[in-house]
Amino acid sequence: MKLLIGSLQLGLLYGVLALGIYISFRILSTPDLTTEGSFAFGLSVSAAVTATGHPVLALFAALLAGACAGAVTGILQTRYRIHPILSGIITMSGLYSVNLMVLGGSPNLSLVRAQTIFKLIPFLSKNDAMTVLPIVMAVLCGGLITLLFHTHIGMCIRAVGDNEEMVRASSINVDVCKIIAFCLSNALIALSGALIAQYQGYADISSSTGILVVGLASVIIGEAIFGRRGVTLGFISALTGSIIYRYIIALATRYSPLDAYMLKLVSAVIVGFTLAMPAIKRNAALSRQKRGGKRHA
Amino acid sequence: MLELIQAHQVFEKGTPIENIALNHLDLRVEEGEFLTILGSNGAGKSTLFNAICGTFLLTEGRILLDGEEITYLPEHRRARVIGRVFQDPMKGTAPNMTIEENLSLAHSRATAKPLSFAPSRRQVELFRERLAAFGMGLENRMRTKVGLLSGGQRQAVTLLMCTIVPPRLLLLDEHTAALDPATAEKVMEITEQTVREYHLTTMMITHNMGSALSVGTRTIMMDEGSILLDIAGEERAATTVEALLQCYSAKKNRALDNDRMLLQ
Repeated sequence: MKLLIGSLQLGLLYGVLALGIYISFRILSTPDLTTEGSFAFGLSVSAAVTATGHPVLALFAALLAGACAGAVTGILQTRYRIHPILSGIITMSGLYSVNLMVLGGSPNLSLVRAQTIFKLIPFLSKNDAMTVLPIVMAVLCGGLITLLFHTHIGMCIRAVGDNEEMVRASSINVDVCKIIAFCLSNALIALSGALIAQYQGYADISSSTGILVVGLASVIIGEAIFGRRGVTLGFISALTGSIIYRYIIALATRYSPLDAYMLKLVSAVIVGFTLAMPAIKRNAALSRQKRGGKRHA
Repeated sequence: MLELIQAHQVFEKGTPIENIALNHLDLRVEEGEFLTILGSNGAGKSTLFNAICGTFLLTEGRILLDGEEITYLPEHRRARVIGRVFQDPMKGTAPNMTIEENLSLAHSRATAKPLSFAPSRRQVELFRERLAAFGMGLENRMRTKVGLLSGGQRQAVTLLMCTIVPPRLLLLDEHTAALDPATAEKVMEITEQTVREYHLTTMMITHNMGSALSVGTRTIMMDEGSILLDIAGEERAATTVEALLQCYSAKKNRALDNDRMLLQ
């Protein structure tokens, strides 16, 4: 039971991350490596502000921090024409130092004695809050960005990911659209980190290593269930994918001989394999065709 | 009204592959005029369009649209008042978005507040009405992803996207060349219908000499970045495709003779 609930809680909190990754990976069609930095940025900003006794402010600070990280990547990519992957790497590397600075020079910070939002909810015990709050946050974030992507600016962003050339020729400022999308994406990713820090009661910047793959795996698992259709379903599938991913991880650590440190490898294999799937299918079809051709010859 | 004054465009200047794409070209397109442009490959037709749209800035010369200087205006700013349909049906639309979303993108680009919901009900009504006028049945497929449409249908949607807010200048870059003859004719028909109805100033590049003479009100022929021939009115009405071809080779030969003289 504890495992069931715990995985749901984590799935929802990391679901906010999956929403952010869906924006860069699927809507903009650009895998954004800033993720690794902005998740830790949200985590450390949240921890630092929470430690001073302002857990709610911590979430807003993390949102802002993530948006700034996204803006840097977005500007490097659009204004200065640096390759998308490379601009993400640049921001991520820079953030490593910034995160250490935010945490006062140490790689981790304990929030055991600090007041977190999970202890603040009226009428709810900390245990209940740890289930209710993730649900509220995930639904709220999912709902808000779904609405946003059905407004004019949201539609412009989707069009940029779909056919950039056309948008460029139609009086919409492509660069601004991209920067806004990266801000939004990384704000969500940082918020996810911020919630995780308060949920776990400590911040450890190494916990962001490989987080991009975790998010991608969530998005991909979701798509395996819901397919790739509109944005609304896309966000729902990203959230669902994140929850399922947590259950897979929980089962894997509990019932398989794998050690916990193998999880990132498992995630990487899932993502790699799924992304390779279309090509594998095509090659298989091609070799079938060739065999058939030889038989008839 | 569009005016190009001594428009000059050199690519790869100062290198062995230096190439003069527009050669001090003067062109004036009057309000409501429908200009068709002929010319062989490399004559400078597309360069002319790219220069007008701001894909690059002119090496020398000026461009005026309705008397307003646009020579140095960035591409996306010019796109507010200039509509352009490309030859490739894939270029003008976002394939994973629906017809109504694509149209809404075009319709609200100049007016909508960034956070207003799109497409709005009022917009959808307007799009349905305008699509119905094309007689292609697209008005019943408003929620279809554009990527699922045929080339001709996509060009029709692109044409509507470019004209849903009447542009001050419409540029058609061989927009029927990639379509089969019957579809090309249909798209040309809705093009003429739209241009007539909204009294649009239009420039159309074509390789089809027949439609260059039959469509529109004026025809120019370009070669090596200059205008070789410019006909309108009665003179144009009296011109046949044969005469056009003859004129082209005659002027071309004279140019060659001149070159030979230079070399001798």
